[in-house]
Amino acid sequence: MANTLQPLVSGRRNALDWWLRERVWPSPFHILLSFATLALVVPICVKIANWAIFDAVFVSTGPESCRDAVGACWAVIAEKHRVILFGLYPFDEQWRPTLAVAIYLITVIVTLTPRFWSLRLLVPLWTIAVFVIGALMYGGIGPLRIVPTTEWGGLALTMIMFSGTVILGFPIAVLLALGRRSHLALLRSVSVVLIETLRGVPLITILFVAVNVFPLFLPAGTNVDKLLRVTIGIAIFFACYQAETIRGGLQAVPEGQYEAAKALGLRYWQMTGRIILPQALRIAFPAIMNHVIAAMKNTSFVMIIGLFDILTATTAVMQDPVWRKYYVEAYTFAGFVYFAFGFALSIYARLMERRMNKGYVS
Amino acid sequence: MTSIDRSLAASGPTRADIRARQAAKPPRRRLSWGDPFTRGLIYQAGLAILLALGIHALYSNVSENLQRQNIATGFSFLEQLARFNIGESPIPYSASDTYGRALLVGVLNTLRVAAVAIVFATVLGVAAGVARASRNVVISTLAGTYVELARNVPIILHVLLWSSIIRNLPPPRQAHDLLGIGFISNRGLTVPLPGFGTSGGTIMIALGVAVLSAFAAARLARRYGERTGRYVEPIVPALAVLVALPLLTWLVTGAQFTPDIPQRRGFGFTGGLTLSPEFFALAIGLTIYTGAFIAEIVRGGIQAVPKGQVEAARALGLHPFSIMTRIVLPQALRVIVPPLSSQFLSLTKNSSLGVIIGYPELVNIGNTVMNQTGQAMEMVTIMMLIYFTLSLITSLLMNFYNSRVALKGR
Amino acid sequence: MRFAFGFAGAIAALLCTAILPAEAGQGDTLKAIRERGEVLCGAHPGRYGFAAPDDKGRWSGFEVDLCRALGAAIFGSGEKVRFVALSSQQRFPAIQAGEVDVLARNTTATLTRDTALGLNFSPPVFYTGLGFMVRKDAGVKTVEDLNGATICMAPGSTTEQAVARLFTQHGLKYTPIVIENNKELASAYVAGRCDALAKDRDALPGVRMYDAPQPEEHVILEGTFSKEPLALAVRHGDDQWYDIVKWVMYGLMEAEENKVSQANVDEMTKSKDPYVQDLLGVTGDYGPKLGLDKKWLYWVVKSVGNYGDIYERHFGDKTKLPLPRGHNKLWTEGGLLYGLPVK
Repeated sequence: MANTLQPLVSGRRNALDWWLRERVWPSPFHILLSFATLALVVPICVKIANWAIFDAVFVSTGPESCRDAVGACWAVIAEKHRVILFGLYPFDEQWRPTLAVAIYLITVIVTLTPRFWSLRLLVPLWTIAVFVIGALMYGGIGPLRIVPTTEWGGLALTMIMFSGTVILGFPIAVLLALGRRSHLALLRSVSVVLIETLRGVPLITILFVAVNVFPLFLPAGTNVDKLLRVTIGIAIFFACYQAETIRGGLQAVPEGQYEAAKALGLRYWQMTGRIILPQALRIAFPAIMNHVIAAMKNTSFVMIIGLFDILTATTAVMQDPVWRKYYVEAYTFAGFVYFAFGFALSIYARLMERRMNKGYVS
Repeated sequence: MTSIDRSLAASGPTRADIRARQAAKPPRRRLSWGDPFTRGLIYQAGLAILLALGIHALYSNVSENLQRQNIATGFSFLEQLARFNIGESPIPYSASDTYGRALLVGVLNTLRVAAVAIVFATVLGVAAGVARASRNVVISTLAGTYVELARNVPIILHVLLWSSIIRNLPPPRQAHDLLGIGFISNRGLTVPLPGFGTSGGTIMIALGVAVLSAFAAARLARRYGERTGRYVEPIVPALAVLVALPLLTWLVTGAQFTPDIPQRRGFGFTGGLTLSPEFFALAIGLTIYTGAFIAEIVRGGIQAVPKGQVEAARALGLHPFSIMTRIVLPQALRVIVPPLSSQFLSLTKNSSLGVIIGYPELVNIGNTVMNQTGQAMEMVTIMMLIYFTLSLITSLLMNFYNSRVALKGR
Repeated sequence: MRFAFGFAGAIAALLCTAILPAEAGQGDTLKAIRERGEVLCGAHPGRYGFAAPDDKGRWSGFEVDLCRALGAAIFGSGEKVRFVALSSQQRFPAIQAGEVDVLARNTTATLTRDTALGLNFSPPVFYTGLGFMVRKDAGVKTVEDLNGATICMAPGSTTEQAVARLFTQHGLKYTPIVIENNKELASAYVAGRCDALAKDRDALPGVRMYDAPQPEEHVILEGTFSKEPLALAVRHGDDQWYDIVKWVMYGLMEAEENKVSQANVDEMTKSKDPYVQDLLGVTGDYGPKLGLDKKWLYWVVKSVGNYGDIYERHFGDKTKLPLPRGHNKLWTEGGLLYGLPVK
């Protein structure tokens, strides 16, 4: 809110007074505007609240639970939560994705905590987490029976694709960004062509390539798992956008930093890895987080090529003629899950931004 | 994407770049690993060999696979007859046209929905962005809620939700009546088309002339203001010309008015203009989703205008509306335009989601063609090329506009 | 940095394990299936009577049993089959790429698919044709009544072309709404977005029963409006595997013609008829010619029954939605099924 003046007088009462005067009724026109808006919005909010909470049915007692409901029928979510969370994963084995999601969430929370920010901890942690989650989901080890990726689904699949996208895409993004700023002409042009081409086409076409065309590129007699192909496709798409934000960060690193690093006799990778990249990533952090959030939303595109992510699972609720009526509830729920993750990530990004900028002028 | 990183990305090679390039050329060249120039050459040669090997491997794999499975190749299928119909088309199309023409219909449908959505998303986004930057806490909270809700939910969900809502409207027989002249039902929105009898052509010409004269009028008003010091909002004479000229023409040609009002008949309606539910759902979804991003860009742009500008304008006694239109927005535009163009691009690309709700845009038609001919590689290439071209054209247009609004040294 | 490289290596190792060998040339498909221990079958994600997984993920249906027959011919058990649900759009890339060994997914055999798509078709296993479902209150009795209607259909299906042809022949107009996702398509029709749903006629009763909240409000139009011979498909390049698929299908028909059914297959091994003895592998060496066990057809009939058994199980009088056999009777009974001799 840049157009506001900071209160010159301190003190609680005065601050409140200032806030009311500046933000609530700066002029008669604004009073009118506020009341008109409130008169329009409040009834709608009340209606939504009634629908979503007070008149809603939360508990499922079978297909008839919502027959007399005036409000929302959240019972549909209660009834179908297994499908929404795990998709077509074999019913009796669903403790495995549950555990996998739990491990995943713990790993993510550890990763987002600045106290644990050290490659020495995070790299082994993620290596172990990826293998454990993979083993849990796929099976084939010990008593766990094999569950092929075609049967993975729901929230678990969305999370796997999202983290796969970031884990695979981020290193590619860094390499592409460095490549685009390289003094080697060929490397630079390859990076530019790749970045600009992929940014110019919709994600769907890249998914089509991953699903329909890529198998033709492989030598006869080999096959790559479809889930993996799709994840790599989304990751490369993500990387091309992320490369541009990282490049922005690289360009904003003062050139003195390059010169100082060179003067110290650092080699290219030492200079890049220890001096330039950490600063560039800090500068570009807000934009990087924006693309990470976008990557999570982008995983929903796999619906088109027939992977059973959380959105597909939610729409599958409408396959059941008994529950078909409650499409608004189902979509609202799916939207809420994405919103919760996206909003949490963006709040986290804002907090980190403030924290990282401590001690810096800019 | 925030405005900051966009502006960073947009600026060309920095001095650090140039310095780095210069540093790569030492005065004396020796053929040794220690020499950065030689090393660079070796790296590049390595990369070139890798690239060539990779491309060769891909090519030979593809040709071997295609040959072994005897899958058809080439683009000659574009001239074969499509033998399928398309729900809505801006140009005449029937099942006895070629695949090529079917794809053209797809491209035009993509452009149609993207153009409509771009206009509405811009209007919505600017309104929400200005509201979000407002001093009024009610307004800014409302706009903030919209922005956060809309942009944190995948676009695909927006489109699906709107598609479901429209599909569950009553059928044509029980269609909601819009003032007796239009209908909204699960077959979409049907609105009357204005008709002007025999004078339609003349009025269209008058409208064209009016658009050109409006620019001239605005320019005259600005000149007049500069010369006399009495300021006239240029939009006022421009609008006056724009309305008056066609109106006069209409009156002169006999004030004919023969609107095409839709009627219920058979399975749906006859007459008027019907926007299909798919078009409608896709356009609304794209508008609401992209509008939220545009709002953030506009807010960023407005907040990038130095506070002193607003305070100075207030001190001069300018009306708040004039402060916004004359002082803040023109300066904010410089920050807004580059990221805005990338939003327009992503909107166009997101219109490919028509494929899930059945709107016959490029990907949807391409999907059918791919399936009937089995030529996935060619079809995906065509789709990518078309989107890439659209992106290029949009970038060029926006760059041109950007150079117009960018700060000019006076 | 060292850790980062370690991590990259670990990820790369993980990726490599995901690259599975697939089959390519002559005889490789069977070898790959044997190594894998199961047949990969591309199936319809959910078409009543033809293929659908239940709540616990177990697949059943007419086409599912045809795939199980292949599993039985190779492994002696109909359980050694894994089903991959494929949309109409994904089915051809999936078979071309080797993601599945065989496609049993309501696929009409056509010249283009046989050639340009690189497929080989088994003999037709189900004869059907274009049908329409409409709301009863629309008062539609004939195709002519559909003039000006909006019609829902799946993309990339032969339905799309058949409807275009039918309406051109009758000089009628229609608006197609093309939706790929099966359930989206059905719900678009049920919600009233379209006046008619165009599909293979024999798939419509299932849609009416399971997708419409009030089945009695919908009627299926009298008549079949195109030829849609459904067949199994394999990719070009492996004749041995093609032979197996082809002859297991003929075998199912021959078993029915010679009265060998799931119920009596063990008794029939004692049959005096030399042809039945050959079929069941008591005598003769027909299995090994295909690269299979001598008793290949015995195991097929034992596991899933003959063609008639399979049809009865999914479309017979005891099922919820019986379908008359019509063209899908044996040639001896006036139908079109004509198994070639296993000799």
